[in-house]
Amino acid sequence: MKSLINKSRVKSPWLIHFDCGSCNGCDIEVLACLTPVYDIERFGILNVGNPKHADILLVTGTVNHRNKKALKNVYDQMPEPKVVVAIGACGTTGGVFREAYNVVGGVDKVIPVDAYVSGCAPKPEAIIDGVIIALGKLAEKGKRVDQGIFERLEQTQTNIKKR
Amino acid sequence: MARTVLPFGPQHPVLPEPMHLTLAVEDEIVREAIPKLGYVHRGLEKLAEIRDHTQMIQIVERVCGICSTLHALCYCQGIEALMNVEVPPRARFLRVVWAEMHRIHSHLLWLGLFADAFGFESLFMQFWRIRERIMDLQEATSGNRVIVSVNLVGGVKRDIEPDTERWILDTLKIVEKEVLQLKSTIMDDFTVKRRTVGKGVLTQERAYELGAAGPTLRASGIAQDMRQTGYAAYGELDFTPVIETDGDCYARTVCRFNEIFQAIDLIRQAFAKLPQGELAVKPKGLPNGEVVSRVEQPRGEVLYYLKGTGKKFLDRLRIRTPTFANIPPLLEMLPGCDLADVPVLILTIDPCISCTER
Repeated sequence: MKSLINKSRVKSPWLIHFDCGSCNGCDIEVLACLTPVYDIERFGILNVGNPKHADILLVTGTVNHRNKKALKNVYDQMPEPKVVVAIGACGTTGGVFREAYNVVGGVDKVIPVDAYVSGCAPKPEAIIDGVIIALGKLAEKGKRVDQGIFERLEQTQTNIKKR
Repeated sequence: MARTVLPFGPQHPVLPEPMHLTLAVEDEIVREAIPKLGYVHRGLEKLAEIRDHTQMIQIVERVCGICSTLHALCYCQGIEALMNVEVPPRARFLRVVWAEMHRIHSHLLWLGLFADAFGFESLFMQFWRIRERIMDLQEATSGNRVIVSVNLVGGVKRDIEPDTERWILDTLKIVEKEVLQLKSTIMDDFTVKRRTVGKGVLTQERAYELGAAGPTLRASGIAQDMRQTGYAAYGELDFTPVIETDGDCYARTVCRFNEIFQAIDLIRQAFAKLPQGELAVKPKGLPNGEVVSRVEQPRGEVLYYLKGTGKKFLDRLRIRTPTFANIPPLLEMLPGCDLADVPVLILTIDPCISCTER
């Protein structure tokens, strides 16, 4: 049962895309992944709008002082296990904008990042590659989260009975 | 019913970019809309102080990934005016080719996103499928799919060989045919018309008063296009702006749809008149003085103000982008509309938030 949950989670991950301070270059490449030429939906990957439904968070662009709260908020709303993919030179380090006054830096300054995709802008193939790497980590994290899930369930049920 | 306040954004499924609107609604009718911007602000105008004027080309290309080469074109034209550089004719014609290729890709992208905004997902897929052909052309001619980095101060970096030219013209023929196949779907479909005709009407007077730009202005019946000023090689090509007169969402869609064919025509004209010669001249000296450079982007007119003081670094760089000009018309359209029409109306100005906030 445990392995089945984890397997289905990795076989059909849902992703959410958040644009931090990107120039749109990476965003349109993320969207291009969904369209007929690349079509990641054939792998069971679905783009959703609600962070509560998502397993993978794709972040494009630099983090700045205004949107870091919004980014943290979206990340916190996602249920465990979750992985983050930072896309593009800006998402990984800050890119050409790293010295600008309103730029905090890469995504990893605010939330933990599991996979980095380099390039400005990365090609859709590279983004799909990054998502695949993140899926490996999602499986690992999933195992850790699932460990003891039934024991924890029993514990909760006995606690409820005691009351 | 009492007023309810609804937040729209910054993370919203219909918006690829973070933009926040506070909507005051009564029942389902929007009464007031207050925008909150700044989620994408990076402060790149200030970077002109630590990057010299040639390095800034790479920075301004990344103001916006959708109109990258047009930002670089506008910037380079400004620096060329400051340094009195005469651009070789072949470079001017090649700039037109890349600029128009970018316009086709941007308009196809917008038509797709617009279809997605009213829930027509298969049309979104169709437009993006056609767009991939243009992306291939951009990658083959410039080395990158999105950030088309071809402009230099004094010319262009890359040449288009006769073989590539033939391939581009053949691909454009296919693109033209495929876009025409979708014409009846986007223009004559009952459902599409119900969502667009008569929605978000912007009259000619109000569009002019509020300073709208690009297709938002031209769909209200004002024939104003920066390409009429004849920058790059547009002066030598046959060009008249595409206009529509209704000023609603439908007119703006038709306007952008027709501009795709106009862009294809301009590329054909540019290739037919493409002169031989060198690609770039080496600029001498350093930028000195003030200049305002204007270029027509897919979204409208972009304005660069450059001030040099005879040093390697620019004293001031100011960018005013078309979406910034189109936000007041959007706020004029929103009050009185249905809540379900808000995504359609926002997309109808083709917002580019990263341009606006730089």
